[in-house]
Amino acid sequence: MNQLLEVQKISLRFGGIIALNEVELSVAEGSITAIIGPNGAGKTTLFNCITGFYRPQGGAILLRDKTGLDHVDLVGLLGGGKKSLSTPFKSLKKVLSGYFGGTHLVARAGVARTFQNIRLFAEMTVVENLLVAQHLSLNRNILSGLLNLPSYQTSERAALENAYKWLDIIGLSAYGNQSAGSLSYGNQRRLEIARAMCTNPRMICLDEPAAGLNPKETDELSHLIRKLRDEFGVTVLVIEHDMSLVMSISDHIVVLNYGQVIARGTPEAVRKDPKVLAAYLGTDDE
Amino acid sequence: MTKAPLPKTLLYSLIAAVIALILSAPLSGVLLNGYDFTLTLSTPLKIAGAVLVLRLVFGLLPESWTRSSQVHEIAPRPPRFKSWQFALAALVVFFALASLAVFASKYWLAVLILALIYILLGLGLNVVVGFAGLLDLGFVGFYAVGAYGYALGHQYLGLGFWSALPLSALLAGLFGMVLGFPVLRMHGDYLAIVTLGFGEIIRLVMNNWMAFTGGPNGVDAPAPTFFGWEFKARATQGGVPFHEVFGFEYSSGLLDAFIYLVLLTVVSFTLYGVTRLRGMPIGRAWEALREDEIACRSLGLNHVWTKLSAFAMGASIGGVAGVFFAASQGFVSPVSFSFFESALVLAIVVLGGLGSVYGVVLSALFLTLMPELLREFADYRILIFGFAMVIIMIWRPRGMIQHARPYFQRAKG
Repeated sequence: MNQLLEVQKISLRFGGIIALNEVELSVAEGSITAIIGPNGAGKTTLFNCITGFYRPQGGAILLRDKTGLDHVDLVGLLGGGKKSLSTPFKSLKKVLSGYFGGTHLVARAGVARTFQNIRLFAEMTVVENLLVAQHLSLNRNILSGLLNLPSYQTSERAALENAYKWLDIIGLSAYGNQSAGSLSYGNQRRLEIARAMCTNPRMICLDEPAAGLNPKETDELSHLIRKLRDEFGVTVLVIEHDMSLVMSISDHIVVLNYGQVIARGTPEAVRKDPKVLAAYLGTDDE
Repeated sequence: MTKAPLPKTLLYSLIAAVIALILSAPLSGVLLNGYDFTLTLSTPLKIAGAVLVLRLVFGLLPESWTRSSQVHEIAPRPPRFKSWQFALAALVVFFALASLAVFASKYWLAVLILALIYILLGLGLNVVVGFAGLLDLGFVGFYAVGAYGYALGHQYLGLGFWSALPLSALLAGLFGMVLGFPVLRMHGDYLAIVTLGFGEIIRLVMNNWMAFTGGPNGVDAPAPTFFGWEFKARATQGGVPFHEVFGFEYSSGLLDAFIYLVLLTVVSFTLYGVTRLRGMPIGRAWEALREDEIACRSLGLNHVWTKLSAFAMGASIGGVAGVFFAASQGFVSPVSFSFFESALVLAIVVLGGLGSVYGVVLSALFLTLMPELLREFADYRILIFGFAMVIIMIWRPRGMIQHARPYFQRAKG
């Protein structure tokens, strides 16, 4: 199968703590891959590296681009990587992106994410949250907006339609004009997923999407995640503690402990792996 | 919360009176007498008595009067009026206000010009603080850039009013970006301190760069002209006075009337622009940035550019206000751009309701017209002014007009 994402030996340390130690990982296109591991294993750190919030100190993260022939180095987008000082403009751009961080470029490359602690735009309405996510595909010309030109109207209408399409999918169309902060916890989680999907990603990274959900909501969530993959062709990378959810949806599981990959494979294989059992349940020696 | 019974209200009033006594006794009851002092309690007792009565009245009023009627948030609802009805109403209001140029006295025109300038400043700061959520305490700096841009532009480059208007807006916008760069990573209190410093830097440069800005002596700003026609009783060499061209009697308020009309037009366009901006992608991006910067980045929004554009947009509106200020005063000096001005503009925005465009207009009118209306009360007008602000904040803690979020109707079919 084609690999959409390849994480090559990335390392990251915070002071004396090695959060990630030469982690290698590949995510097949169109798969649902889960990252599991005990608390503090480095799962969210790995996520932050993949989505451009942290810059790993070594290694590369390659995302296959849309043509399928070439790769984008997500670490390079952050202003790290090789220095290209060929033209003054390029070097200036390098300096600026190195200073301010190019996280948004990673998102533009096609990696969307949700957050462990929900980060919706709480005071804005549900629809507005989804419209902000479509920012890049909108007509952003200030003049055509001020004059309300037809091209601007069409673009806004299309965005609104797309927003309501996603609200239908997550079952929140009745709440479109409510503020996002007033939604229930489970609905906020689903809205955050819909918002990430509105950026038209090729890969979506879900950070503990089932945290705080009741069993029924978790069940709905697993349907939603499958739907993202099956109907919208998005590759899913998920961090989750709920083992029944992980085992039921994922094609491939990567187990992290102390910043290192200790096991990888199909759910069945991982379930029986002695190292995984040891990491989760402790070893017999003690 | 239910209403306190009468005995409790009495008790609370007594407590309030005692506190007032304790606070006011050292302030107004102690009279120095050489190295000694005498304690006279008549004034503190009067103050305490007034507090007792006020608190009692406050407690006896029906609860609905004394409590904020504002709900936490206003649910968006479909617009009640069609857009052409809105446009018609706006036109009627515009022409009604424009007719004031003919009817109002010179004094009131000057007051109205000041009110409109503060509306502009409020609208500009509202973009930065209300929309993008960046607390800016140095907004007066951009106001100064606009005003000095006009005055110095005339002195050194011979720029007139009409070319200074867009150029000063651009210049102030540029200054907004310059301020924006170092504060990109700052939030809340830290941002407020840095912007405060920025505003002061601009004022101090104006004050001390004698050779360029004239320092505390200030610079003269030319009176605006209209297609080269001047608003003077007798034209300067080579010029033609406006009233001679159209053949009517000269009056001393002509220049003010002209500035008022131009300013009113600019304010109307700004009002329209700012209202539209908030519903546009860039306005939504500003608000999203206010709500959660990290989420913005995860959605591919360039937070650097979004922040800088908010600073630049707000600053350029402030710059335009500065040009009008210089034109109407005919003179600029650093004294006009103290921190107090920044605080006043911030008060306008907060009092009007953060992010609410119409609220800002209302509170700018309130805060500039009220001191003028209260002139008869002389010494007490600042006190009344302060009371009014406190009362508004008790009744309407989210500002005079709370902004309702836009309603998005689902497309049919």
